[in-house]
Amino acid sequence: MSRKSFRQSINEALRQEMRRDPRVILMGEDVAGGRGGTSGVKDAWGGVLGVTKGLLTEFGEDRVLDTPITEASYIGAAAGAAATGLRPVAELMFVDFVGCCLDQIMNQAAKFRYMFGGKARTPLVIRAMYGAGFNAAAQHSQALYPLFTHIPGLKVVVPSSPYEAKGLLIEAIRDDDPVIFLENKVMYDDEEDVPDDPYTIPFGEANLTREGDDVTIVAFGRMVKFANEAADRLAKDGISCTVIDPRTTSPLDTGTILDCVADTGRLVIVDESSPRCNLATDVAALVAEEAFDALKAPIRRVCPPHTPVPFATVLENLYVPNTEKIVAAVRSVASYRMKEEA
Amino acid sequence: MQIARDILLRSYRSMRTIREFEERLHVEFATGEIPGFVHLYCGEEASGVGVCAHLTDTDTIASTHRGHGHCIAKGVGVDGMMAEIYGRQTGVCRGKGGSMHIADLSLGMLGANGIVGGGPPLICGAALSHKTLKDGAVAIAFYGDGASNEGSTLESLNLATVWNLPAVFVVEDNGYGEATGSSYACAGNQKDRAAGFGMPYFECDGNDFFSVYQTAGEAISHARNGNGPAMVHVHLARWYGHFEGDAMTYRAEGEVAELRADHDCLVNFRRRVTEAGLLEAAALDDVDMAVKDAVEAAVVAAKAAPLPVEDDLLKDVYVSY
Ligand SMILES: Cc1ncc(C[n+]2csc(CCOP(=O)(O)OP(=O)(O)O)c2C)c(N)n1
Ligand SMILES: [Mg+2]
Repeated sequence: MSRKSFRQSINEALRQEMRRDPRVILMGEDVAGGRGGTSGVKDAWGGVLGVTKGLLTEFGEDRVLDTPITEASYIGAAAGAAATGLRPVAELMFVDFVGCCLDQIMNQAAKFRYMFGGKARTPLVIRAMYGAGFNAAAQHSQALYPLFTHIPGLKVVVPSSPYEAKGLLIEAIRDDDPVIFLENKVMYDDEEDVPDDPYTIPFGEANLTREGDDVTIVAFGRMVKFANEAADRLAKDGISCTVIDPRTTSPLDTGTILDCVADTGRLVIVDESSPRCNLATDVAALVAEEAFDALKAPIRRVCPPHTPVPFATVLENLYVPNTEKIVAAVRSVASYRMKEEA
Repeated sequence: MQIARDILLRSYRSMRTIREFEERLHVEFATGEIPGFVHLYCGEEASGVGVCAHLTDTDTIASTHRGHGHCIAKGVGVDGMMAEIYGRQTGVCRGKGGSMHIADLSLGMLGANGIVGGGPPLICGAALSHKTLKDGAVAIAFYGDGASNEGSTLESLNLATVWNLPAVFVVEDNGYGEATGSSYACAGNQKDRAAGFGMPYFECDGNDFFSVYQTAGEAISHARNGNGPAMVHVHLARWYGHFEGDAMTYRAEGEVAELRADHDCLVNFRRRVTEAGLLEAAALDDVDMAVKDAVEAAVVAAKAAPLPVEDDLLKDVYVSY
């Protein structure tokens, strides 16, 4: 066990899996960098934010492949390689660039298994950065996990901490289905204690980061941190919260969510993605359908507004959900009284 | 080649403005006051300016993530641009877009672009508008050597030929896409790509305004006269990192210093026009001073400008609701 950043945890997961299995390869734009450069320096970048730094040195150019800027073809190549014997981890850099290669993910990789009558295996991992908070503006800041969650055949992982990232990425690489692994770009320097040895965290098993009696908060990715902060603050005022980190949006641990709502009767969902047809609406529908009788208050969703992500810091801060907004939402459901109760 | 004095002066002013703007941004970015990603066009000025010197506001251009130079060359004002980069309400995009999304459709500037290869398809559309509306205008896609490998770019070369569009594809080849050299990333060559899609290919030295001006002029006339698309391959170099903060370890030591010393398009321009007696050194000095003041004023104004307000967040998602 040692303190590792989110960035280091991901790097270590990749390194350990590449050591374990020679079929695991890496590809993406500047995952190493420096090829064709005039200095001869290799591994010049190690990924645009340095996440894959050092892997070229250990595994060489046959297993760490820099690609031209050509997402449709290399993401498709990763899918094709996955279906034919390799276990590629392809890095899409910013998840927004999925606009350039969605066909290969949505119509190809995601559908092989089913469409081919169960005959295909596509052990593909696509890593990408998501999220606002970097002043990266509308084309580099989206939280697109609902888009992937919507597509049957894809598994979707949204890790909330360095520990989660390592275990979930190793699980993703060992999984035989296409997995979209989304890393919040403002979390790379977050640190916590992370085991040095490889370990896996199973998909579809939520993690309870806080346990309480009054309100259930379901939060995704970076929002888990804010939900925890909100829960800690509210505890001082006597409102105790359960915080659920589902870890994966597909598969989704519906059982844990329903159990917790059965206990608390109150639900707040925190989702950084655009508010229409997102994970918050999905979880809200689940609970409305399956746990209606348990509810003591309307479900509240804490999401950004239905706008592209703005550039200016003031606007971006207003856009992203934060601890204050979660606290306010929890207070409103905690103090809600049904008419007949009142 | 005879170039009118006013065109020469205007072009010099444009190039100098880009240089001053970018050098200043380099300094300001280091203070931490500028949010987001900034990609500088320093060293590439002659390309944007040499091409845009042939255009009017009716003609359309699409730019890239490295868009400041194209914006200035197409006539976007430095005050609005600087304010945008600082995320101010007075910015050309009201602080909503930032460096990578500066646009002014009233000037035929269809936007910088955060998506590599985003521009060429849009330029097919702009060229289709010009052709259909018979306004005599052309549409120009600026894109990098890196972007030349995107499917969207290659598909656009095909479409432009199939539809015989008044489009010009300007490949700004600075030898790198991020930290990867084009000698690794680009298979074949741009010339054969143009030939493969049946369009004429032109090549020029992006450190030399006159080379770009002359070459782009031919390509643009070709397209404007209804002969279909053309490709202009501009050889140039960027002087700073891919984005501000890039240590550029992939480039040989001294590479940029040599470029600055021997291949500066502004120095080349000054030498050429003064030696040929086309413009006087004093006139160029005046431009330098005026530009310096203008950029200084833009920075001061941007820093003092109001920030966007909460209402702005929800505005302009749609035209009508
Ligand atoms: C679709 C897409 N893929 C990747 C990126 C990340 N990216 C931004 S600029 C860039 C390099 C572009 O190189 P080039 O087209 O040569 O332009 P230059 O930066 O040299 O001006 C990359 C890979 C992006 N913005 N969009
Ligand atoms: Mg380039």
